[in-house]
Amino acid sequence: MPTEIPADSVGLIQPQSAFFEEALPLRCGRSLSDYTLVYETYGTLNADASNAILICHALSGHHHAAGFNSVEDRKPGWWDACIGPGKAIDTNHYFVVSLNNLGGCHGSTGPMSQDPDTGRPYGPDFPIIAVRDWVKSQARLADRLGIDCWHAVVGGSLGGMQALRWSIDYPDRLKGCAVIASAPKLSAQNIAFNEVARQAIVSDPDFHQGRYFDHDTRPKRGLMLARMLGHITYLSDSSMREKFGRDLRTGKLNFNFDADFEVESYLRYQGENFSDQFDANTYLLMTKALDYFDPAGDHDGDLARCLSQAHCRFLVASFSTDWRFAPERSQELVRALTRARRQVSYLEIDAPQGHDAFLFPIPEYVALIEGFLGSLATAEGAA
Amino acid sequence: MRPDLDYIEHWITNGSHVLDLGCGDGSLLALLHQRKQVTGYGMEIDTQNILACVRQGVDVIHQDLNEGLDDIDDQSFDTVIMTQSLQQTHKPDRIVEEMLRIGKQAIVTFPNFGHWTVRSYLALHGRMPVSENLPYTWYDTPNIHFFTFRDFEVLCRERNIKILERTVVDRNHQANWKINLMPNLMGEIALYHITR
Repeated sequence: MPTEIPADSVGLIQPQSAFFEEALPLRCGRSLSDYTLVYETYGTLNADASNAILICHALSGHHHAAGFNSVEDRKPGWWDACIGPGKAIDTNHYFVVSLNNLGGCHGSTGPMSQDPDTGRPYGPDFPIIAVRDWVKSQARLADRLGIDCWHAVVGGSLGGMQALRWSIDYPDRLKGCAVIASAPKLSAQNIAFNEVARQAIVSDPDFHQGRYFDHDTRPKRGLMLARMLGHITYLSDSSMREKFGRDLRTGKLNFNFDADFEVESYLRYQGENFSDQFDANTYLLMTKALDYFDPAGDHDGDLARCLSQAHCRFLVASFSTDWRFAPERSQELVRALTRARRQVSYLEIDAPQGHDAFLFPIPEYVALIEGFLGSLATAEGAA
Repeated sequence: MRPDLDYIEHWITNGSHVLDLGCGDGSLLALLHQRKQVTGYGMEIDTQNILACVRQGVDVIHQDLNEGLDDIDDQSFDTVIMTQSLQQTHKPDRIVEEMLRIGKQAIVTFPNFGHWTVRSYLALHGRMPVSENLPYTWYDTPNIHFFTFRDFEVLCRERNIKILERTVVDRNHQANWKINLMPNLMGEIALYHITR
């Protein structure tokens, strides 16, 4: 943590946890007999519980979205740039809830948790969780917190898919839905990248069919490769060129297979760091949730028909250099929403950061989120 | 508020589904929503305008109109509106055709290049007209297709487009007897209500 907590930070935050005894039936046909959700909240819930905003995290995210968990933390939560007093999601006005999704590895029930049936960690036996299962578990958390209707559900990337799923499955429980840098389903290319990531993990000799804890090891190399690959898809060609160019680590070529270029050492560092903190089974699970997401699938592929169930206002935002979920993918969603005559606004934000742009406080983007959330409070809207 | 919006309001049916191409800061849609309970969207290319729309709760889609409206289904809007932007598009005739494909009716407004001040400016100075109403120099004007009321009506005739109503006004959006007598010479802005 910086020596002083910045004025626009939510400050020191203690994660909380909620235990649910009611079984959760899952899309895969199995169910979780009980489960725990770990979450954080920022800001204050108002008297009629009408100012709550749910933040849904992406593939490698978790509940710690803003502020600091301890004075030793070097960095704040993953979306601290946009959540805090006076920020895009202003905690002076809103009560923000951010949770770790089921299947995660940051405290909520997941592959590292104990399977009540066997007394051992679930590991690879943890059921495959779908986006709709997460949303169902989030709705139960909302019940627990006394939130009948979210002011908005907000998410980027895989988080955007959860926000979209909320609008379909619980149409009366949100006023606004912000789907950022996301897509209504994955393309073959997206799935292909996920498959390479999964293969990197499962082909690591330390993977042991997902039972690595029994062997006192972890598939670190596989997870590192998966993250390196993923990381490339989060950046744009131009942002990598800008950040690394062809800069050499030692100022000269070494004519061996070590990392000559800065970009190589950066990716290795990112991959290694990630593989220390993240669970391989969770990574596999999250990529599957992405691959399986296709809400139109229940409606003969007709996304407009699927979305005609929603009544909230939508905000769809994309970033010009995002090629993982390119602006065209957001436009697909917007097209379906307008066809279904749903209330939607769309902006493609000019930004060099690629897919990662959704994490940055880009002025137009901040103004967009702020404006959208504010308009939900004041009017029913013009459309 | 822009006075031309008042005229447009009269041509819009209560509760209709409207698309406003080049909607600016969303004033027209906000007004139509308030007074006519319309639903629908604006389309806009400028980020600051889009943010202004979002702030006031007007639904707006970021779209370059020159890239076409192919994605929109036939006859999916009651009225498609375009105010003061047709002269800025790459293919105005194509846009008008598209407006009547996706909308049952359309409302188009544009500045008249046949106004007497414009004609006399060009005749006297031999240079492209610059005026209060058309303040740009030829090289940095967003107005890339200039046309007159008569030009527009000829286009409508050629393409079998029916003009339901026409209002011709001056820059303050007032009509007067001179304009009524010689619209293409005396009128500065025209508002056309068209259909197939």
